[in-house]
Amino acid sequence: MNKPFEADALVVDFLQRRSFIESRARERAREVLDAGSFRELLGPFDRLGSPWLARQGIVAQSDDGVVLARGTIDGEAALVIAIEGAFQGGSIGEVSGAKIAGALERACFDCERGRTIRPVLILDTGGVRLQEANLGLAAIAEIHAALLALRQHVPVVGVVSGMVGCFGGMSLTAALCSWLIVTRQARIGLSGPEVIEQEAGIAELDASDRSLAWSLMGGEQRAATGMADELVDDDSAQIGMAIRQAFASGARAQPRSADIDRYWIRLATIDPERMPEPAALRRLWSRT
Amino acid sequence: METFRREYPAGAPVSGRSHVGVVGSGDLEVLLEPADDQRVQVTVQTSVDGFEAVWGRVLDRFFANFAGAARIEIRDCGATPGTVRLRLEQAVAELRSAAR
Repeated sequence: MNKPFEADALVVDFLQRRSFIESRARERAREVLDAGSFRELLGPFDRLGSPWLARQGIVAQSDDGVVLARGTIDGEAALVIAIEGAFQGGSIGEVSGAKIAGALERACFDCERGRTIRPVLILDTGGVRLQEANLGLAAIAEIHAALLALRQHVPVVGVVSGMVGCFGGMSLTAALCSWLIVTRQARIGLSGPEVIEQEAGIAELDASDRSLAWSLMGGEQRAATGMADELVDDDSAQIGMAIRQAFASGARAQPRSADIDRYWIRLATIDPERMPEPAALRRLWSRT
Repeated sequence: METFRREYPAGAPVSGRSHVGVVGSGDLEVLLEPADDQRVQVTVQTSVDGFEAVWGRVLDRFFANFAGAARIEIRDCGATPGTVRLRLEQAVAELRSAAR
């Protein structure tokens, strides 16, 4: 008689998952909303592509890499903003940035008038789009201003699933979210590993050492050191459930970025001359 | 980057519009919309120069068996002919599933 292979349950569980990472932005937005409620705003046929890329010999995408969707989450009105990491590394230009900032501002306008809306940011971005320089930077500042205003009314839930991760100015967006959900594959950092190597030298960080890069800025480390709130598997159902739970529980009373004293204490535990190893940082910061 | 157009004779307009793909490495975006002038008008914008003849052959073959009048916009980021064909078929399949 054949004894069932012990790993069977694990394999079945794995096969039943639907990868969030392998889904594109539009599918991701559709999957976190209640089934059938997805309604896109300023979609591809509105042709709001970047006016700057073609002049630099780059093919623009018709939605500039940002999907805005209205719908419901657990029956409540929701707004999902999903960045397409496959288009120009999910970079934020004038148009994509304006789409995000405008959607957050509109959500804030609605909340101020008693029409509560659940905002979800699905971040997969390398930060500002260098080809659009200051326009992208200005848009990111507007995104942050709108996010800060909005999170006073309703928790803003962020998801970083990878594989681009969340870098540059947009890592601040992740940090400003009321509740941040990550996968093991996600990476969050102000500078990415390649940028650190380029600017500070290979002795500072060997960007080709993937396990090192992930041990420093990977989703698991970010969750273990309290820089993200929840670590989930790369599974649409799990991510959808984590988003629902975050709204149902009201996320956190005080957003991480407003907890300034806590981070002063954390910084005081670190000697910049002797940076702690990733495991040591977890031990150090788990106490604060 | 290169841009070019092609036109094919067609019959009645397609039943709706569809959008597939992303302008990501090795992929392309296709926007398909009905047109009422009994033609298929295809605009291609591609990041890779020098392949207009190959594009022509891929499109000629696809539109030899496609009768719906439409305006089609292709934004390409170095997709292979196979991927182009796949995305066009997907765009048409989306029309059919939306019509059901």
